[in-house]
Amino acid sequence: MTIKDRFGKWREEIYGKAVARFPERKKEFKTSYGETVEPVYIPSCEEETYLETRGFPGLYPYTRGVQPTMYRGRLWTMRQYAGFGTAEESNKRYKYLLENGQTGLSVAFDLPTQIGYDSDHPMSDGEVGKVGVAIDSLKDMEILFDGIPLGNVSTSMTINSTASVLLAMYIAVAEKQGFSADKLNGTIQNDILKEYIARGTYRFPPKPSMRLITDIFEFCANHVPKWNTISISGYHIREAGSNAVQEVAFTLADGIAYVDAAIKAGLDVDVFAPRLSFFFNAHNNLLEEVAKFRAARRLWSEIMKDRFNAENPKSQMLRFHTQTAGCTLTAQQPDNNIVRVAIQTLAATLGGTQSLHTNSRDEALALPTEESVRVALRTQQIIGHESGIADTVDPLAGSYYVESLTDSIYEKAKKYIAKIDELGGMVEAIEKGFVQQEVQDSAYHYQMAVENGDEVVVGVNKFQMKETPPSNLLKVDPAIQASQIKKINEVKKERDNDLVKRSLEDIRKAAQTGENLMPQIVEAVKAYATLGEITGTMQEVFGEHKESVVL
Amino acid sequence: MSSKIRVLIAKPGLDGHDRGAKFVARALRDAGMEVIYTGLRQTPESIANTAIQEDVDAVGMSILSGAHNTLLPKVVQLLKEKGADNILVFGGGVIPESDIPYLKEHGVKAVFTPGTPSEEFVSFIKENVKKNES
Amino acid sequence: MNPDNTDKKSCAGSPGDIRELAKLISKIENDRHGCQQILSDIYKENLGTTVIGVTGPPGSGKSSLTDRLIKEYRVLGKRVGVIAVDPSSPFSGGAILGDRIRMSDHATDPDVFIRSMASRGSLGGLAPAAIDVVNLMKSTGFDVVIIETVGVGQSEVDVVSLADTVLLVLVPGMGDDVQAMKAGIMEIADIFVVNKADKDGKEKLVAELKMIVELNRNKMERVPPIIETVAIENKGTSLIMESLKERGSWIDEKLPVIRKKKMLDQLKHMSIDRIGADIFAILDEKGIFQKWTQELDQGSSNPYKAVSELIAKLKIEWSGQ
Repeated sequence: MTIKDRFGKWREEIYGKAVARFPERKKEFKTSYGETVEPVYIPSCEEETYLETRGFPGLYPYTRGVQPTMYRGRLWTMRQYAGFGTAEESNKRYKYLLENGQTGLSVAFDLPTQIGYDSDHPMSDGEVGKVGVAIDSLKDMEILFDGIPLGNVSTSMTINSTASVLLAMYIAVAEKQGFSADKLNGTIQNDILKEYIARGTYRFPPKPSMRLITDIFEFCANHVPKWNTISISGYHIREAGSNAVQEVAFTLADGIAYVDAAIKAGLDVDVFAPRLSFFFNAHNNLLEEVAKFRAARRLWSEIMKDRFNAENPKSQMLRFHTQTAGCTLTAQQPDNNIVRVAIQTLAATLGGTQSLHTNSRDEALALPTEESVRVALRTQQIIGHESGIADTVDPLAGSYYVESLTDSIYEKAKKYIAKIDELGGMVEAIEKGFVQQEVQDSAYHYQMAVENGDEVVVGVNKFQMKETPPSNLLKVDPAIQASQIKKINEVKKERDNDLVKRSLEDIRKAAQTGENLMPQIVEAVKAYATLGEITGTMQEVFGEHKESVVL
Repeated sequence: MSSKIRVLIAKPGLDGHDRGAKFVARALRDAGMEVIYTGLRQTPESIANTAIQEDVDAVGMSILSGAHNTLLPKVVQLLKEKGADNILVFGGGVIPESDIPYLKEHGVKAVFTPGTPSEEFVSFIKENVKKNES
Repeated sequence: MNPDNTDKKSCAGSPGDIRELAKLISKIENDRHGCQQILSDIYKENLGTTVIGVTGPPGSGKSSLTDRLIKEYRVLGKRVGVIAVDPSSPFSGGAILGDRIRMSDHATDPDVFIRSMASRGSLGGLAPAAIDVVNLMKSTGFDVVIIETVGVGQSEVDVVSLADTVLLVLVPGMGDDVQAMKAGIMEIADIFVVNKADKDGKEKLVAELKMIVELNRNKMERVPPIIETVAIENKGTSLIMESLKERGSWIDEKLPVIRKKKMLDQLKHMSIDRIGADIFAILDEKGIFQKWTQELDQGSSNPYKAVSELIAKLKIEWSGQ
């Protein structure tokens, strides 16, 4: 008798009888993407397919990890996303985090900065300094990194439609500190497609936006070779309510669109692809999440090798940053969030992430306080140093369940990508509203499941209790907008306004002719042209995007 | 011929997180209401004008960026100026408990934070719109 | 409900200002037959108003195109009214109306009035009140009225009875659909718009349209032009404007004939709608529906028999007058 035959017998006789006598907690157990979870899993991965579907750490298809030693060599980078209010306040928070053992910076910008409005623009009313730091001109950027030697840290910037301008400012500040661009380490998110799908900080229509992205690829390949030019993000797609399969599928489909665009722009895949990195979400469903990361690595390496004929192993490796899931945090009983974040930290690290941001317990309520940020960082340190999960590579491999989920997520994501290909690629699928519709349907069904109790959220629809509203939440001073506006006016008085005018004119010309925009943008920020002026000039040529909503 | 409840669901300011707004829109539709959805990046002026042109019974606004204290009262005030202060205004999103009294003082009739069951805001609208009519 | 009892009080008020106009539209939507009197009072056959229908399948970019047309007419200083119709949910009777998203640039322009309407159970898709609202806008000083509706079958035909000019918006990749509609679309479209003309498959669609136009050439008074656009990039909009202008001067010549035909169409539409509603109300009031349901249930009647009875009854009463 084979294992399978015996298993069939067990199911029928032992398991069947048990269920008949004592029904299980749920009629059916399901994954986030609707697949039935079996009561128990048995070996399925055959020896002959192992090398093809799993391989070894540091080898194609990288299912088990992109480095041979993983965390035995060095723990993941602990990188807390931070930034609020003015450049001065954020600068203080960065220094605090670095002193507490954080190993990389991650900059959060406020919405006007992310969309390209100066703090004195009417659309910026009420938003200045709220979800991140306000940057209007190089002046703010100089203050933001004051006393932090940019040649010695790695900095991640969550910036997309205006990534070109903020990167230019970073380069300019570094130069003033005495570091040339080729010494700089870091990442810009620069992933505009997911902004159209999920996050909403777009400014220009897809076509010129894709062109800006390939301009950055090309510029960095020549001048900032150590910079990660894009962080292709599934994080926000998941936050918008997608399931694990959709997160993998839509993120990799975005990746395909960027690689396509870069190749069409004449770039060599093995030159830019090693600089692509990814950004995923870590949710509560621990084992499903681990399988998700493994499946994503395998699928991407196959895409790069087979679809794009990338030969450089670095082009085939899916390296990624992870953030714990903001949408799982509850305003009710906020201390429970510490536990959720710990589980999600395990999901990310057992899944082999390269860097991680852990959310703070109070983020469903307001911006995190210094104390709660510290607990979040300590969670990573405890798991890294005390739990033992970092002592071997891919510790959950061989779990029948995890391996089975890895295969099913891989297969289902692949089908989604085929469907997107059929629709004419990701840009097209987004314009048609297909991707948005899929995500919204998942979000709606999940919410309904919470409402009727099929999904339990502790403290929200079960185990509730009376609470006193939390105190000492961090608040952004509403006077920030006024002080930013004052700063802009000072900058505009002090700078050489003729030079600014000329540099903006150069940007307009480059936008029209199609030559690489980056050198012109770098010149403009050095002349203290504001973010709003630069973005506005580009908008005059590129136009403004309007969302396509399917409900 | 029966009259339908019409609700404007709007995203004021620059915040792009529309998962909540879209959920509310769908839930209201499924409760039989006509929902006008504005999409992202609406100014208080455009929201007030739209509410009037569409002759809605209620305006719901979702904000997760922290700009609620600036933007929500402004919409209330503009509706008042335009003689439409009988339109019910409610808010939702990441809004700290401590800000809710301020918003209510400024004419926001209810604030629904994440985790609010749809039943709650559906019946809130139904009850309060009825009150306005009578 | 007594449909003949026109409630003048609930419909009173001049729709001079925006808020009143908006409220009057709601009244029409909620109780259209109750508003007959006021509609009749303010009705003007305003020959100066251009009524444009924009129809086409979902996702063809109708709202973006409408947005562009509004911009063009605003440059000319025209006051523009827009009615954007979307289907109601057959399950809940509710609706999500999102057409304004694309037109949000005009939200603060006092000379642009946009109203979203749900079809509210009308089979074809065009809201039954849309005719009244178009008439209302014509009578209240709008220079241009654009009515946008999702084209699936009947609503495309409905829109014809309202508009001076109908733009049928199609997108590449729809060649087969055009094939299926064939001559049907010729009856609808005064101008073909091939939107998203930067996409693959444009040539095929344009070729299909040209073929259909050729096949029907001798049946038509005026051959509809085929215009290629990329509405979100504002490409081709000026061509549409030119074409609208040309058609406008052609209409001016033919106007009496066209108007007469349109008015007859509208009259038919309104009569059927009104008569249907009145008869249903009477049947309901007199418990005839209930009686029929019972009989059908018992097997003592069938739907054909029931309808024949009704018609016989109507004819007797008609001739009795």
